Amino acid sequence: MDERKTILDVKGLRTSFFTDDGEVPAVDNVDFHIRQGEVLGIVGESGCGKSVTSLSIMGLVPSPPGKIVSGEILFQDKDLTKLSDKEMRQIRGDDIAMIFQEPMTSLNPLFTIGNQLREALKIHKKDWSKTQIQERAVEMMKLVGLPRAEALLNDYPHQLSGGMRQRVMIAMALLCDPKVLIADEPTTALDVTIQAQILKLIKNLNERLDTAVLLITHDLGVVAETCERVVVMYAGKVVEEGPVHTIFNDPQHPYTRGLLESVPDMRFKKERLYSIPGNVPKPGSIKVGCKYAARCEFAFDRCRVEDPALYQTAEDHKTRCFLFDPKEAESHDRTVVES
Amino acid sequence: MTEPLLKVEGLKKYFPVTGGIFGRVTGQVKAVDDVSFYVNEGETLGIVGESGCGKSTTGRMLMRLLDPTEGKVTFDGQELTGLSASEMRKARRDIQMVFQDPYASLNPRHSIEKILMEPLNVHNIGDPKERKRKVHEFLEIVGLSSYHAKRYPHQFSGGQRQRIGIARALMTNPKLIIADEPVSALDVSIQAQVLNLMQDLQRDLKLTYIFIAHDLGVVRHISDRVGVMYLGNMAELADTESLYEKPLHPYTQALLSAVPVPDPDFVREEVVIKGDVPSPANPPSGCRFHTRCPFKMDICSQEIPRFAEVEPGHSVACHLYEECRPQ
Repeated sequence: MDERKTILDVKGLRTSFFTDDGEVPAVDNVDFHIRQGEVLGIVGESGCGKSVTSLSIMGLVPSPPGKIVSGEILFQDKDLTKLSDKEMRQIRGDDIAMIFQEPMTSLNPLFTIGNQLREALKIHKKDWSKTQIQERAVEMMKLVGLPRAEALLNDYPHQLSGGMRQRVMIAMALLCDPKVLIADEPTTALDVTIQAQILKLIKNLNERLDTAVLLITHDLGVVAETCERVVVMYAGKVVEEGPVHTIFNDPQHPYTRGLLESVPDMRFKKERLYSIPGNVPKPGSIKVGCKYAARCEFAFDRCRVEDPALYQTAEDHKTRCFLFDPKEAESHDRTVVES
Repeated sequence: MTEPLLKVEGLKKYFPVTGGIFGRVTGQVKAVDDVSFYVNEGETLGIVGESGCGKSTTGRMLMRLLDPTEGKVTFDGQELTGLSASEMRKARRDIQMVFQDPYASLNPRHSIEKILMEPLNVHNIGDPKERKRKVHEFLEIVGLSSYHAKRYPHQFSGGQRQRIGIARALMTNPKLIIADEPVSALDVSIQAQVLNLMQDLQRDLKLTYIFIAHDLGVVRHISDRVGVMYLGNMAELADTESLYEKPLHPYTQALLSAVPVPDPDFVREEVVIKGDVPSPANPPSGCRFHTRCPFKMDICSQEIPRFAEVEPGHSVACHLYEECRPQ
């Protein structure tokens, strides 16, 4: 078992959006934790609630219509959901920082890179002198591998390429030595060769600075390459959680298996891709039973009426599927699952 | 050997860059610069490359949605580049396109029936009754139901919309379909469904595809041959197997090694390239890849490498292979 201290602990998080049609839970009873210096991946398709989870941690869920209905987000023994806006502002950008998908829209086009980098330090390091702030900004720009750091600080975002902008975003996020870095699809908007550079950088910084990273992505390749542990989400729920090797070599939940099989692999040609039938359900549309039951080839009667719990199948492996319910295992033919 | 279905020779597209108060032309963006390839009947040619490499511009020029600056496109024995606008419209009956964004490429104010009937009306195929029957038939072929015909685009999910986009392209019984990033806006599980559908349709309707994408895994899955583009040039073109197993161009090698593989135990051969893609408005001299190439030689910055066959069916534009070319 991993000895590292848990740094962020999400317990029973439920974030809902209140629309004209009533409450729509985008994140429904989600539990996971990140240990110090760990890279945890959250993977899932669009609408599975992975981004809302990260926004909930940062306290950035647009409210109204969104609201954290229940659950706890424990960071250093503080429950982030209970903090006031002012207290949250002190943590955000300082202890927990975030980088977003679109490096083009996350930077303000009207201010120079230097201006935007210094702003974070001015807010969080009130006792620092101007030279200290400037030096720190230059140091971070160098750390993320940007050439001619001093000169770049006077440039505007439009003068930089996509890959460079994402490096600036990472530099900005790391300015105050955060304990947790949340990266929401950090490479989705980038080309593969640039993506490889950025992922390498994130991994490298994680090792050097011991920053825990929560990497949110839809790309299973990115997960396999960078994460130590993986949380798979589907329709607002965690469906499987485990170490990256276990998830990829011995996936248990039918959804995880289906997802892994539907990815075309660059290394060899599959004759025909496996495809999961049907579509991702609209959030809130399935009220009873397992959310995946309608698309699942192993679904049986119980799946349609009862919500499965997250069953512990190994020391560090959990699956939300009745096939792994110890009670079910006795009565149900396990060979179906193994095949 | 039989004549290829589509032959492209020396295709170029330069976009003017204007500046100043009078909007004078101050430069040119060489989006596509001297690209040649061919596509055989019934096969799938994949075109990959990073953003700005000119793959979409190439696709649009084949349909003459953009007029090439220079070059020749021959389709089924007919030279498309010389046709008038009305002749071209007739030729498009045999060449159709599937677009990337299933949200933007369907008119939100038209019902699916109207959207699918449009190509039949334009090309004057069949009478109204027959057209309607055809709409229903093709909806079923792409895995939807005929009762969907009365609905509007917003009532469908992304994957279903892409099926409608494919059905629209099939309405005129085309020979060639140019698919520009048809699955990149879709989720993984839906992407697999659409790829399988495209393969089934190819087999059943004897279609030829040009499949433009940036995802190397998807391209390997669907293509018989693959072309790799970089900054408006074709860097390498070969059978899918040999391109992926034995890439010759340093850019192809770097591109393949950069793709994240969904297997945590996979150990890659790393070919690291530094920096970003240079601007196509001011491309590097000589070989356009020399600024990032790990094997750069003196000649690379001076002379543009020839794009020619090194092995049968495997062409590459790189000075490293100059000696082994048959003269």
